[in-house]
Amino acid sequence: MSCIHPAPHPKERRIIFGNLTQPGYAPDLKTYVAHGGYEQLRKALSMTPSAIIDAVKAANLRGRGGAGFPCGIKWSFIKQDDGKPHYLVVNGDESEPGTFKDRYILHEDPHQLIEGVAISSFALGVKLAYIYIRCEFPAAAKIVAAAIAEAKAAGFLGTNILGTGFSLDVFVHQGAGAYICGEETSLIESLEGKRPYPRIKPPYFPAVFGLYMNPTVVNNVETICHIPHILRLGPEEYAKMGTPGDGGTRTLCVSGDVQRPGAYELPAGAVTLRELLYDICGGPKPGRSFKAIIPGGSSAKVLRADEKIKRKVKGPDGTMLDQEIDVLDLVMDAASLAGAGTMIGSGGVIVMDDTRNMVETLNNLNLFYAHESCGQCTPCREGSLWMAKMSSRMLAGGGVENDPKKLKSIADNIAGRTVCAFGEAASWPTQSFLEKFPEEFAAIATKNK
Amino acid sequence: MTGNTTANGGRQADSIPANFILEANEILSHYPVSKRSASLPLIHLWQNHFGHIDPSGIEWIAAKLDLQPINIYELVTFYPWFRQTAPGKNIIRVCRTLSCALAGSKDLYEKFCETIGIDIEEARAHHGDGMPVSPDGNYSIEFVECLASCGSAPVCMVNDELHERVAPEDVPSLLSRSTSPAN
Repeated sequence: MSCIHPAPHPKERRIIFGNLTQPGYAPDLKTYVAHGGYEQLRKALSMTPSAIIDAVKAANLRGRGGAGFPCGIKWSFIKQDDGKPHYLVVNGDESEPGTFKDRYILHEDPHQLIEGVAISSFALGVKLAYIYIRCEFPAAAKIVAAAIAEAKAAGFLGTNILGTGFSLDVFVHQGAGAYICGEETSLIESLEGKRPYPRIKPPYFPAVFGLYMNPTVVNNVETICHIPHILRLGPEEYAKMGTPGDGGTRTLCVSGDVQRPGAYELPAGAVTLRELLYDICGGPKPGRSFKAIIPGGSSAKVLRADEKIKRKVKGPDGTMLDQEIDVLDLVMDAASLAGAGTMIGSGGVIVMDDTRNMVETLNNLNLFYAHESCGQCTPCREGSLWMAKMSSRMLAGGGVENDPKKLKSIADNIAGRTVCAFGEAASWPTQSFLEKFPEEFAAIATKNK
Repeated sequence: MTGNTTANGGRQADSIPANFILEANEILSHYPVSKRSASLPLIHLWQNHFGHIDPSGIEWIAAKLDLQPINIYELVTFYPWFRQTAPGKNIIRVCRTLSCALAGSKDLYEKFCETIGIDIEEARAHHGDGMPVSPDGNYSIEFVECLASCGSAPVCMVNDELHERVAPEDVPSLLSRSTSPAN
C-alpha cells in the first residue's frame, strides 16, 4: 500500500516518482538500468565538476528538506581545491510531521538516489558519502545497502568508477528515533557518534566545519534525486517546469481531513492551494468544510481556510500594488507561501476540517516538540515542555484567562533564542494558532473564570 | 533500569557469538575516518541481538571503539529507540502525531493496549522512557512520534513492519498475522 496513487492526476508530472510508480518496478539495479538508470552518471563523469554545479544553479533547485535553500548556492560554498576531504551526507531522516515522500524513494527506487549521490559527489570532490536513514525505516536501510552493493559490483560506485579514475564509497547510517537529527548539524553530530546537539552557525556551517570538521554538504533525499533529472532534461528545461526561483517538480504530501490524501509530484507552483485540496485531493469529507491548513510540515505556520492574504505584487508598469487574495488562491511554491507568512517547507500539507478543535490540534504538536527538544538550549528545553503542559491543562478544563497571553509569551521567548531552528519550529505552531484562532483559545481559557 | 543480566541471568557481554564480532568489524570498516562514528550502529547491533542494552554492552561497545562507557551511555539514554530493559517479544509502535491523531490513532493505541493486556495509564507513563511489557511477555507497546506515512493514517509498526490505515477492529487479526507466538 502506498500514498502515491497509481494513476497520476493530470496536473502531476512524475519525475522523482516516475519510475517507482511503473507497474512491476523493482528496486534492483537491472530494473533501474532498463529504465535508463546511471546514464546521467556517465554523462556527469564526462563533464567538469564546476559545469555540474553550474547546471544545478541554473536549474533553480531548492532544497526539499524544509529550509528550501538554493542547492547550487549551497554546493558552491565548497572550495574545489582546498586540499581537504569533502563529504556528502544525505538526509533521509524524514521526520517532519506531515512529510512522507522520501520513504517511497528509499524503499522503492534506491538506485535513483545512489545515482544522484554519485553525480553530486563527483561535482563536490567527495570520496566518502553517508546516507542517514531514520531507524523507523528498517527495510529501507537494508534495501539501500543492497542497492549500494549492487552499484559497486557494477562499477557505478567504489574504486575507479566507469574507468574514469573517480572513486567513491557510500554507506548507510541509521538514526535512532530522534527528530532533531533531521537538523543538519545535529545529523552530523549523530553521524560522528555523539549526542545530536546542533552546532551553532556561525561558525559551524557544514560547508566549512561539517563532518569531522571538514567541508560537507547535507542534502535531503529528494533534493539529491533531482540531480540526475537536471542533467537528463537540461537545466533550462528543468527550471522551466517550476517558477523563476523554484525550479523543477516538488512532491507535496497531503494528509488529514481530505478525501484523497497522498503524495503528489507537481511542477513547483503549478497549482494553487485550492486546486491541490479540491481538484487533486477531492475536497473536504462529505458535509464538512476546511478550517485550517498547515502548508509545509508541522513547523510551518498554520493558515486559516477562510483568511485573506494581503500582499504586494508587481503591476504591469513595474510599480508595487496592494493585493488581497483568498488563502486558497495561494500558489504552492516557495515564494508565494513565504509571502503569506508561512513556508512550503518540506511540502507536508496537513488539513483540518470544521470538526477539529484548534486547541487540541496545537496540543498534539506541542507534545511532539516537547518530546523532541534535544535539551541543549534552555528556552527550548523548558519552553517546549511548558507550552505542552499549558495546552494540555487547558484541554483538561483547567484553562485560565491569561493562558493565551502566557502561551504566546513563552513561544516568543523561544524563537530566535536557540542554537538551531528547532526553537522556531516549536514556537511557530503556538504563535500562529493563537494568532489565527484566538476565539477558540479565549473560549477554552475563560471556561473556569 | 535493570541490572547487569540477560534473561537467563548472565551479563550480555558473556554470550557474544562469533558472527556478532564479524558484523561489528564490518560496521567499523564503514567509518574509516573515525571509529566513534560506529557508536550508533554498534548499539543497534547490540540491541537487535540481545533485545536491550545492559551495562556490560555499554562497556563492550565503548572498549571496542576506544571510548569511555559514558560516551555510549549518553547515547543509549538520549535516543528514544534504545532501551535498557527487556521488551516483550513483539514491539508495537503506534503513531501519535497530528495526521494519525486526526485519523484516530489514540483509539487504535488504546485498542492495542486492551488487546495485549497493558494498562493504558502505565503505558502512558512510559512515553519516552522504556516500554511496558504485557503480562504474557509477548508484547511491548509505545506511542511514538511521526512515522512518516501521514497519507495513510493511522499507522503503526509491529516489529519491523509498517501497517497503514489500521482501524481498532483490525487489531486482533493484525496481531495474530504479524507476531511470533508465545513459547
